[in-house]
Amino acid sequence: MLEDKDKIFKNLYNDFGWEIEKSLQRDDWKDTKKIISKGREWIINEVKSSELRGRGGAGFSTGLKWSFAPKELGSRPHYLVINADESEPGTCKDRDILRFEPQKLIEGCLIAGYAVNAHVCYIYIRGEYFNEGNRLQDAINQAYEKSYIGKNACGSGWDFDIHIHFGAGAYICGEETALLESIEGNKGQPRLKPPFPALVGLYGCPTIVNNVETIAVVPTILRRSGKWFASIGKPKNTGTKIFCISGNVNSPCNVEEEMGIPLKDLIEKHAGGVIGGWENLQAVIPGGSSMPLLPKKICDTITMDFDSLIANKSGLGTAGIVVINKDQDILVFMARIARFYKHESCGQCTPCREGSGWMWRILDRAAKGNATHSDINLLSDVTKQIEGHTICAFGEGSAWPVQGLLRHFRKEIDRRCSNDPIIKKKKKIPYLVDQHLLENENA
Amino acid sequence: MSLKKVHDIQPKNFIFLDKNIKLAENILKKYPDKNKKSAVMPFLYLAQKQNNNWIPLEAMKYIAKYLSISYINVYEVATFYTMYNLAPVGKYFIQVCTTSPCLIRGADKLVKACKEKISPNEKEISKNGSCSWMEVECLGACVNAPMLQVNEDYYEDLDEKTTREILDSLINDKPLGPGSYKGRKSSAPIKKNNLNGEKHA
Repeated sequence: MLEDKDKIFKNLYNDFGWEIEKSLQRDDWKDTKKIISKGREWIINEVKSSELRGRGGAGFSTGLKWSFAPKELGSRPHYLVINADESEPGTCKDRDILRFEPQKLIEGCLIAGYAVNAHVCYIYIRGEYFNEGNRLQDAINQAYEKSYIGKNACGSGWDFDIHIHFGAGAYICGEETALLESIEGNKGQPRLKPPFPALVGLYGCPTIVNNVETIAVVPTILRRSGKWFASIGKPKNTGTKIFCISGNVNSPCNVEEEMGIPLKDLIEKHAGGVIGGWENLQAVIPGGSSMPLLPKKICDTITMDFDSLIANKSGLGTAGIVVINKDQDILVFMARIARFYKHESCGQCTPCREGSGWMWRILDRAAKGNATHSDINLLSDVTKQIEGHTICAFGEGSAWPVQGLLRHFRKEIDRRCSNDPIIKKKKKIPYLVDQHLLENENA
Repeated sequence: MSLKKVHDIQPKNFIFLDKNIKLAENILKKYPDKNKKSAVMPFLYLAQKQNNNWIPLEAMKYIAKYLSISYINVYEVATFYTMYNLAPVGKYFIQVCTTSPCLIRGADKLVKACKEKISPNEKEISKNGSCSWMEVECLGACVNAPMLQVNEDYYEDLDEKTTREILDSLINDKPLGPGSYKGRKSSAPIKKNNLNGEKHA
């Protein structure tokens, strides 16, 4: 369990007020000038030694990412872009940082901006977070008034401006290159990588894209040392993390805890336990809807960190934990997730655009009990055809949860989808897009 | 991909009001001089706000001229993003989150209440002309599920009864306030001492 003194986001529930005066009492902007005066190398090395891994889902080393930015400013300016396009189902941590701990984010932006040679930072907030965006703008204005940012920010000699750019309701803009396209005023369709944004990003200039939570923990790491941060959690999975526990629990909440905390502790101690008791647990999605679900057997013992979840063929993702108890129909649940991906696919790559619709239709049929044996094999086939065949990770994000379902709930699905193929039974079912495949198989 | 339809009846003209031109000029300052195209998204928001929460085609043409980009550039952005309404919506535009975390906490009951109180179908304006509703994907308040958004505000921790009360208040043009309807503070656990030692509601 994380002790109160080691918590980074002390105002996660707005107990103490978000205004700059209040956050100064919580040590925000303390010694910022001194930190910056230690230089880029020191900042990047300290972040590297903290072993901070990106909090946006991929878990990439933050210090390493920063070191990819060109060391010297060339003819093109550098940009820092903060990804606050939080749309992963099950995740709502960045919202609380934006509205209750904005100064941590702004201070982190300045330090990160200095470390990667950027004078301008764009914060991309999803359009639905209109009030949160306005709150952040107020906080930015307060920081400008105190000269913490702007010309000669914090007296460090570094000029730094922060602008907010609102998205408009596209999940895909959480993907970093789609986000850059969106800031440039285009449709949010991801770019091919390489080149990576660190070299060719926003407006063709070197750009570092980081998640809100990643940037917001940086000032505290530098104040309390990378060693302190690395001492929390497990090796390679260090530090604290905000977990969002939603779904069928008695008291859904956001909570900051150390990495590597057992999932069962998290649910029982912080979220008031599963509705109907632990035995009533059916499955848990550990890291936002893109991560494969875990059945109860694994939930009993699993710890919440990047590596142990990967070992169990899932992932920490954004640490948005969705608890599903036995009162829920797992197939209806997954069909709804598949509908989400069908709706949010940007339409650029055919496997994802078409495949996400196929997965939704098959799962929807399965949930209604109309699917056949061959449908389920087809579903498994479709997920394999999406995975790895798209420009961005959305393909994997939509295919993995379905694969997880097939891996852990195959018996349940087979029991409910025991219909014979339609053609054999001459059953009257409305027109199906994939009917021709059934015909081939059963001709 | 979402399907968006452009409204049949379109106004003949559209220009920004003076106050919006001032805002627009301020927005342009955020972006580098040769990348004015970046302002297309904030400009569409301005147009939407000026025109009763929906964007007519004339506004897209106007923005294209304003930013010296082609009309199709603006059109493709306006049709790609779901938050740009291309047809009229109610004065109170209700968006119900029905993605899985809300679904398993009873979002279908919210939808049912909307169907009964406002209109049987999504995107239809209610009889008194002041409300419309639609289902949307995850609004990012999963620990406060189920929830809905009215214009810009989040109404959280709802159930069927509170949803009906909120909808009634909107229909009668006396909207109830946003926030949690279980009386809890933001996303804090309900029974938990905070750092101060005081209890959350």
